[in-house]
Amino acid sequence: MTATRRPYKRWHWLVYLLLVIASVFFLIPAYLVIITSLKEPASINLSTTWQLPERWYWQSFAEAWTAFAPKLRNSFTLTFFATIISALMGSMNGYVLSKWRFRGANIVFPIMLFGMFIPYQSILIPLFQFMRSIGLYGSIAGLILTHVVYGLPITTLIFRNYYAEIPDEMLDAGKIDGAGFFGLYSRVLFPLSLPGFVVVIIWQFTQIWNEFLFAVTLTRTDSQPITVALAQLAGGEAVKWNLPMAGAILAALPTLLVYILLGRFFIRGLLAGSVKG
Amino acid sequence: MKRLVVSILSILVCSIVLAQGKLEIFSWWAGDEGPALEALINRYTELYPNVQVDNATVTGGSGVNARAVLKTRMLGGDPPDSFQVHAGQELIGTWVVADRMEDLTFLYQEEGWLDKYPQGLIDLISTDKGIWSVPVNIHRSNVMWYNPAKLTEWGISAPETWAEFLTICPSLQAKGVTPLVMGENWTQQHLWESVALGVLGPDDYKALWTGELAFKDPKVEAVWNRFGEILKCSNDDAAGLSWQQATDRIVSGEAAFNIMGDWAAGYMTTTLGLTPAEGFGWAPSPDTGGVFMMLSDSFGLPIGIKDRDNTINWLKLLGSVEGQDLFNPLKGSIAPHFDSDLSKYNAYLQAAAQDWKTNTVVGSMVHGAAAKEAFMSQFATVLEIYLSTGSAQAASNAAQAIANQVNLGK
Amino acid sequence: MKLNRDRITALLMLLPSLILLGIFVYGFIGQTAYTSLTDWGRDPAQALALHPEIRFTGFETYKELFTGLIDVRFRQDLVNTFFFTLFFIAGCLGLGLGLAILLDQNIVGEGIFRTIFLFPMALSFIVTGTVWRWLLQPRGGINVLPTLVGLEPLEFRWLTSRRQILQFNWQDLPFFTGLLIAIILLWFMVTAIRKSKWRRVGVAGFSFLLVTVWTFTGARQVELLPYPEIHGFNLAFMGIILAAVWQMSGYTMALYLAGLRGVSEGLREAARVDGASEWQVYRLVILPLVQPITLSAMIILGHISLKIFDLIFAMAGADNATTDVPALLMYLTTFRANQFAKGAAIAMVLLIMVAAVIIPYLWSSLRSEVKQ
Repeated sequence: MTATRRPYKRWHWLVYLLLVIASVFFLIPAYLVIITSLKEPASINLSTTWQLPERWYWQSFAEAWTAFAPKLRNSFTLTFFATIISALMGSMNGYVLSKWRFRGANIVFPIMLFGMFIPYQSILIPLFQFMRSIGLYGSIAGLILTHVVYGLPITTLIFRNYYAEIPDEMLDAGKIDGAGFFGLYSRVLFPLSLPGFVVVIIWQFTQIWNEFLFAVTLTRTDSQPITVALAQLAGGEAVKWNLPMAGAILAALPTLLVYILLGRFFIRGLLAGSVKG
Repeated sequence: MKRLVVSILSILVCSIVLAQGKLEIFSWWAGDEGPALEALINRYTELYPNVQVDNATVTGGSGVNARAVLKTRMLGGDPPDSFQVHAGQELIGTWVVADRMEDLTFLYQEEGWLDKYPQGLIDLISTDKGIWSVPVNIHRSNVMWYNPAKLTEWGISAPETWAEFLTICPSLQAKGVTPLVMGENWTQQHLWESVALGVLGPDDYKALWTGELAFKDPKVEAVWNRFGEILKCSNDDAAGLSWQQATDRIVSGEAAFNIMGDWAAGYMTTTLGLTPAEGFGWAPSPDTGGVFMMLSDSFGLPIGIKDRDNTINWLKLLGSVEGQDLFNPLKGSIAPHFDSDLSKYNAYLQAAAQDWKTNTVVGSMVHGAAAKEAFMSQFATVLEIYLSTGSAQAASNAAQAIANQVNLGK
Repeated sequence: MKLNRDRITALLMLLPSLILLGIFVYGFIGQTAYTSLTDWGRDPAQALALHPEIRFTGFETYKELFTGLIDVRFRQDLVNTFFFTLFFIAGCLGLGLGLAILLDQNIVGEGIFRTIFLFPMALSFIVTGTVWRWLLQPRGGINVLPTLVGLEPLEFRWLTSRRQILQFNWQDLPFFTGLLIAIILLWFMVTAIRKSKWRRVGVAGFSFLLVTVWTFTGARQVELLPYPEIHGFNLAFMGIILAAVWQMSGYTMALYLAGLRGVSEGLREAARVDGASEWQVYRLVILPLVQPITLSAMIILGHISLKIFDLIFAMAGADNATTDVPALLMYLTTFRANQFAKGAAIAMVLLIMVAAVIIPYLWSSLRSEVKQ
């Protein structure tokens, strides 16, 4: 792929111009959030929205941090456990569905998969009744369980497609050596699974961190994740905009960091979400 | 050996004292209304230092978000120890009928509150089976706010009738001033009920909620028509404003008048630091002079909570003169308790307390006193039908349909 | 023997997931479906009782939703969802494809541009909503942008405008539905003619005639409501669409870019040798090849837009009726008005809409996989 492959090079300036315009569109909100979060509350007014702060004011972050630190901790606990558990279960399911094909697997798989597309409103009322009956209502554990279950379809899908590309011959070799179900998994597949795990973990991390509907209906004040706290802060009244903006940055930072550092895997998860990948 | 036993015992005793538990207070008093609640909580922790108080607030004016969260919690079998609820039908029509609250008659008797509160207010929070909550404050809903300095500048005075307001309206618009500023959906409903009270008068207004006056009655259509005329004098970005942002426009002079409950006085004095009658002025909402449309925040005792004793202590504090005179001057409301010391209150609140004693009292629908929640929460749809069709008849029909569906007044 | 035992182990390992999904997805959907057929919430005394008495009322609630006087808001919400979905998908596909083609021009700094276009995907809808709410303030943000170059500020009320365009009468819905089906059948017929599958042409042609005749006669007679009811596209949705496209178009860009990279250079070269211009290479060679991507993207975006909830919650608030959608209305109906049966019915309508989009897609993509 050399730079000379395109015969219409003279149009290249136009391509760059359009790309820069598009970049501005994508970056404008980021610019506004950052400068607003660094302005003094008193100096925020609508007509000077776009101007840089006259004086850099870091206090909003300190305030947002005091308000949000417990919520961030909730989010981390929730995301950590839900991601790990759903990834492990998804890996096992993917292994079974791709390497131990049984009759009816072609029916079971889409039935599992459908669970990731449903509007969660359609299970919301029974969900919290169920949570109440098993005593997990309002706790982070209950939210973890919820995210594990509704995360299973996507993690299963990604691992199934990932393992499908590992040739069966490798397993056959293991079988000849006398390895059973778990032996094959731990000796042959698991060591090869790292990229699959990275994709799944990043995907689940982003999804769970960003989720709102379950979070708002299944938690109490002390188990709230960050998204709920942010929505309530910003939806509240007469708050000056510096605080919600600083809060938005805090809420966005973990997933943004993951995206910037591990973008390649992030995109792969994104593409895997469209079923065929 | 003996010493060991003693130290173990003392540790045990300490931990029992420390483990006197928690008290979770669920309310929508955040931000500007927060300090009043904090004053109460501080007093509570002074009295009961071993109880850990969890102040669970969910923001959103008039409890729009809090009520949804409260329901998920109650349905989830996880009631907060005590929750804020508007006294009246919001409490009775939702929670008492569902058998989720404990009768508080015993508390009223023990504390001698039965003759310390106005009978009308006790009637509002009672059914034939008991008394269901402790009211902390009284707010007035039908108040019109303005900025006296600006009115002088524009050469107008606060209108006493809507007809008068409508004659002032064009001249203000010509100056580039919004004659009447409104905020998001519920503040528009709030305006509606003040208009309804003005057009119908107190008797017909009450009859509307008991089902004696039908929504299809031409009198109610007249309310919608008047409301429509008033809307033409209001701001077009209402849906995006909180009530405080609407109040801000009065203070800054971008708008002339605003109909809002008297928590706006609390906001202007406490948060904005204005002096009543100088920084801001008030009058009864047009056509409602001599009528006090009240609402009251109250706390009850849910069935099935973990910290019942702590909650009862909380309710005792709320119902006492001490608690109410601590809370209300900061919140910007008046105390329902007869023994309240008016000298602790500012000029606005003293005037309101005077009106409370002399005026005809009616309950607010939007703030849960007059109509069941099942009606009130669907009234947003009625308003929406009116705003999108502009048809008084369509709105009246819809309101009637909801009233029939929820058995309004029965 | 050993293999057999392994097979059983395999099934056992899958079982927990199957049971969990069975309960959490299908069991719960069943329960919601049942709730939607009852009167839970109609009587306030029963709505929030610890052990409510609930009666079975059949499809009464659904009938109310589609024809009842007070449920006009639900019908407008359906219309809102329809238009939102339409413009949201069009925006994401258009912008996504445009960006992908630009990035495919072998440019310097491709990685940086790609990162910029995709980063909103890593954000929560709540964050996006909060941020865009600030951008779309009526007297600030985007509206004052023109003043930076000395122009008049924009006056548009992004999230609160009450203007409605593309209005139609709910009574005409059978007519429009008939028209749509007729057009689809016509399209079937035309493709069948091209492929010379004459039997299919016959069937499609006959159904087309039938539907057309009904559309212009029978459909006009159907009275869904006792009175005309106007619905349309609320301009207040423009802001929501803008924010949603901002967040999701990076996704379509990534999909298209992966597709474009899959088109081999050889194929492009062959077309160029045949004298095709660069534009023609795209139009005739590459775009047809990425068409399946368009379809997947439409379906994935479609189900996201049908379910949209958090973004609007954070941007316009739950109470802003002009930007309401069924997912929000379900939340309000259930948790604020205590109308649990009605909330469940709205959720079921939502589920059916999503299923109508997703099930054929799952079915066809897995069937083609089996064929391979």
